[in-house]
Amino acid sequence: MEKRAHISGWTLPLLLILPQMAITVIFFYWPASQAIWQSFLREDAFGLASEFVGFENYVALFEQPEYYRAMGTTAIFSSLVAFFSLAVALLLATQADKNIRGGHAFKTLLIWPYAVAPAIAGVLWMFMFHPTLGTLGRPLNVMGYNWNPMLDGKDAMILLVLSATWKHVSYNFLFFLAGLQAIPKSVIEAGAIDGAGPFRRFWTIIFPLLSPTTFFLLVVTIVYVFFETFGIIDAVTGGGPAGQTTTLVYKVYADGRLGGDLGGSAAQSVILMVIVIALTAIQFRYVERKVQY
Amino acid sequence: MAGVTLDTVRKIYAGNVEAVKGVSLGIEDGSFCVLVGPSGCGKSTLLRMIAGLETISGGEVKIGDRVVNQVEPADRDIAMVFQNYALYPHMSVYDNMAYGLKNRKTPKDEIEKRVKEAARILAIESFLARKPRQLSGGQRQRVAMGRAIVRKPQVFLFDEPLSNLDAKLRVQMRVEIKRLQRALGVTSIYVTHDQVEAMTLSDKLVVMSGGQIEQVGTPSEVYRRPETRFVATFIGSPPMNILPGTVEGPGRVSVGGQSIAVTDMREGLTPGSAIEVGLRPEDVQAGGTGASTLSMDVDFVEELGATQLFHGKVAGAEFIVQASTGQLPADTRKLTLAVDPANVHLFDPQTTKRLGRV
Repeated sequence: MEKRAHISGWTLPLLLILPQMAITVIFFYWPASQAIWQSFLREDAFGLASEFVGFENYVALFEQPEYYRAMGTTAIFSSLVAFFSLAVALLLATQADKNIRGGHAFKTLLIWPYAVAPAIAGVLWMFMFHPTLGTLGRPLNVMGYNWNPMLDGKDAMILLVLSATWKHVSYNFLFFLAGLQAIPKSVIEAGAIDGAGPFRRFWTIIFPLLSPTTFFLLVVTIVYVFFETFGIIDAVTGGGPAGQTTTLVYKVYADGRLGGDLGGSAAQSVILMVIVIALTAIQFRYVERKVQY
Repeated sequence: MAGVTLDTVRKIYAGNVEAVKGVSLGIEDGSFCVLVGPSGCGKSTLLRMIAGLETISGGEVKIGDRVVNQVEPADRDIAMVFQNYALYPHMSVYDNMAYGLKNRKTPKDEIEKRVKEAARILAIESFLARKPRQLSGGQRQRVAMGRAIVRKPQVFLFDEPLSNLDAKLRVQMRVEIKRLQRALGVTSIYVTHDQVEAMTLSDKLVVMSGGQIEQVGTPSEVYRRPETRFVATFIGSPPMNILPGTVEGPGRVSVGGQSIAVTDMREGLTPGSAIEVGLRPEDVQAGGTGASTLSMDVDFVEELGATQLFHGKVAGAEFIVQASTGQLPADTRKLTLAVDPANVHLFDPQTTKRLGRV
């Protein structure tokens, strides 16, 4: 039996999809097309006039050493955060998956950091690791380690990786836990009877079976690091010291809002947009094909 | 190879739920033992304790002469076939079967030899490169068995291995399991809720209920001489009819005022006391005559092809009789049932235990 509502005319269907369409158009397509248009323009210093310059903004961008440095910073930052947030989340999820006392409280508490706004998370870690005020930063200096994220680019990066990882572990944890719970218990038991110890069982059975989840989370985490860590960077380092923690997305902001180079900034946004579209496309391709096993 | 001995094995779950209440059982080396019972009777829990997948709350499990209570599943020298096959979905059939051997650091050429041999026995040689999801249910089941036999374990454990197969395949695989077990001669413990599987496969049949053993014996012993009313009604299809009756005297009981003779009856039962009379649907002769007869009111008839089942009432209790098709007209409303005294089972209404000769 076919149960299908027949709606005559186009008015009602259009009305029903209108809210979604309006939001997508106003908040995504409109700014995106503006960015593309702006990336071909150059404004004068006072914002009074602009002229069409074609691809000049893009050319100028790729002649800047700072742009390549931001790319490198982004690569390092995203690979570190992706690695640590996935590894820690997987470790916590495997522990939470065991039947332990207080497991529910454990799981709930682990999800909390996800609800913290990026800027707040950044400020929290900045204070903890403040070289003279921080509960953890000060002891480091007292113990003789010259810790100062405000002056040392490496320290600043470590601090950013810590806060960005801390905030994203919750998300990855949830997905890993769901992935682990989807693995039939009997498969693990068969492994135990087949003589694989817990460690070997993990690497030869559980980890391969989790690979679709891992891949999904890898892409999501990279997108997170590319875009959502803006709040953390802005609150903790402001891209410094000396631009050493300026990622691609922070550079968009720094050049556009602070530097007044709207055209160059727009060109960078367009490039980022292309990157994110590519990542999403790869992910959909893989998820749809389920190639992992 | 080795036998398995259970000594007052208990399983108590959190919250004081006793799933297995002190089971003692000896399974001889090389025999095929089937644990059968309704769901929740503790049979799977017992099997999982033998496998080492559940901790043992009390008692002792021995494989051969070794107490294995604290031994890891991997070191118990057992292999298990699971209900949902539990194949490793990301590995090929070959790797599925080789996994256990690789974990035990078996030489590569030995692994290949054993996997090829098992694949030949199970007729799955042409699937070795495939992944489990590319196989049908029956083929997966074969791979699961292959994974068990390449290991050459001391004991095979089967946890309802055929429940996920369709009826036809189930019969076919049942025969294959039996043949394989005979050929390999490995001690096997098989859990099922299907009494036909239990009857056909077992050398030793263990009927369980409520975490306890109801009866242990060969299939024909259990069928011929059920020790409790539970066993009597659980084994056999359609189930044994139970009628309320009273003791008349030595070797005679009465059911609804009709007197029948009984061969296997406890001596010294008080005349007039209540008793339960069990009769298998296939053991009474519909339309027969003789010294012991019961009259039955027929409600309806089920046609099974070769046989017919007459449903109705005897002395106010539900009763089913099996008869060959064509023996009686289908519109029969009243039947006389001839009862062979040797086929009457008596049970105590209170304890539900058999009241046969001691």
